[in-house]
Amino acid sequence: MAIENIKTSKGWADQDHVPGLKSELLELNMGPQHPATHGVLRLVLLTDGEVVYKVTPVMGYLHRCAEKIAEGVNYKQWVVYTDRFDYLSPMTCNHAYVTALEKVMQQEVPERAEHIRIVVSELSRMASHLIALATFGLDMGAWTPLLYCFREREVILDLLERISGGRMLYNYMVPGGVRYDVPKDNWASDVIDFITMIENKKLKDYNELLSFNKIFIGRLANVAVIDPQTAIDYGCTGPVLRGSGVKFDCRKDDPYSLYHKFDFEIPVGMGEKGTVGDCWDRYMVRVREIEQSCRIIRQALESLPDGPYQAIELKKIVKAPAGAAYSRVESAKGELGHYIIADGGQTAFRNKVRSPSFCNLQVMEKVGVGLMISDLVALIGSLDIVLGEIDR
Amino acid sequence: MSKDSTTPPAGYDVQREQMLDFKVPEQLLKVLDADGRSDEKNFILTTVDEVFNWARLSSIWPVTFGLACCAIEMMAASATRYDIDRFGAGAFRPTPRQADLMIVSGTVTAKMARRLKLIYDQMPEPKWVIAMGSCAIGGGPYFKYGYHVVKGVDFLVPVDVYVPGCPPRPEVLLEGLMRLQDKIRGRKGKFITPKWITDYAKKIPYRK
Repeated sequence: MAIENIKTSKGWADQDHVPGLKSELLELNMGPQHPATHGVLRLVLLTDGEVVYKVTPVMGYLHRCAEKIAEGVNYKQWVVYTDRFDYLSPMTCNHAYVTALEKVMQQEVPERAEHIRIVVSELSRMASHLIALATFGLDMGAWTPLLYCFREREVILDLLERISGGRMLYNYMVPGGVRYDVPKDNWASDVIDFITMIENKKLKDYNELLSFNKIFIGRLANVAVIDPQTAIDYGCTGPVLRGSGVKFDCRKDDPYSLYHKFDFEIPVGMGEKGTVGDCWDRYMVRVREIEQSCRIIRQALESLPDGPYQAIELKKIVKAPAGAAYSRVESAKGELGHYIIADGGQTAFRNKVRSPSFCNLQVMEKVGVGLMISDLVALIGSLDIVLGEIDR
Repeated sequence: MSKDSTTPPAGYDVQREQMLDFKVPEQLLKVLDADGRSDEKNFILTTVDEVFNWARLSSIWPVTFGLACCAIEMMAASATRYDIDRFGAGAFRPTPRQADLMIVSGTVTAKMARRLKLIYDQMPEPKWVIAMGSCAIGGGPYFKYGYHVVKGVDFLVPVDVYVPGCPPRPEVLLEGLMRLQDKIRGRKGKFITPKWITDYAKKIPYRK
């Protein structure tokens, strides 16, 4: 419905909440430069006092033409651009693209490469969730957890820098394997030391600082509840869907790579502090996923097989036979899918990306209605969107 | 006010305004030249100016203006390990009206360009701009096929310091900040790479 129609129709503003006191709808722009919109998201709000009457997300402020670029550069060169989709967990984005590409090429991947991929993907997921906790705390007015979360994230980035050479964006995975082998200077044992530290000490720190903080729970419990049916209807995936109590994870339900070999659980929201699917549930799912990532990394590193880590020589330009394939992985934000149409050449004919943040954002239109503006900030933070992935 | 370090080189403004199809009236230009950009030196004013500049460079307040990937590195620079507060630039302001530095951290798209200019215009004088990352410098990886990407933020606003990298490490951002402080102080920065860095770079083994 156009904004003009709402203004003239009988909205909330026309009703008398308090007898004798009439209010008026106010159109309010939030963003694109706003500290709480996690980048350059713009929200057009129609507010009735402090209460949100209608939310309209406006996107495209970070449209970087990546899908069009895929038609201009060759398959290997486009791995660089997948890094820049979800720049908080670039390894999972690499993983999504190379799995789809290998499906088109019908390329086998060595077992060692798959293990390394899983380890770096899970490390990347942990880094992304740490940022999610940090910025969520920031949105709720807690500055200190940011310092703690970034401290651990720096360690993860150091580990990933040692294996890939890049600090934040890696360009690490190539079709048929990974770019470099595991470094010989105790990298694997350092990773295990780090995840042991996370499991034993740091998660408790976060829980004490943030998760079970009385003010934090007061701000988040029973706020912006997404019920399971709404989450499914709007195509939500990842922690947003699992926070609503739906047990769906591509790593379990549609196993790719070697995830079926490892033993881990899928945390879901249980409504411990309020209703199932409120902001606190979505937050807590992320904390618990960090724990499960640690479990996967430990198993993958302990059973790391010997052998080659690349199936195709690195300098070789890859070609895919004509055909199409869709492949999905569980990125830190949800189900990340790549659909590649190949025409037999060095370049994809079309490359479509199904990004989780884009679908997760749409639920705001339904759930955001009726919230206070400060609760809307909590909703944005708990959805954990990345604009690079939404606009692409 | 002779030592105004933000003064762009001669002809700079005129070129920019032509590019943006916006002309400053000649009378106004004359006033600007007479007021702030003359070469006459005044002992008291230069000394006061140095004090002002010292105060400005010691507490640069950046505006929280995160665009893309580089914004995360900007956050990392302000967080635990790198701690931009050591250089007095840790007070990130959510509103441009309280800030005097804009770190353009990320890709500037055509849709964002007008907003960026608006935010820059809202900042009070004196103000500085750091172009962080190769996207803000010149389009970066989106240069060739990126139909929606502005090929360099210096088409929109005057840039003081360019910080290259994709994304730049937080150390590089801090280096860029120090060069900006040099500029505010009115000194030329040292751009010679120290010998220990070149020596160290030679030692890094090539990985097969």
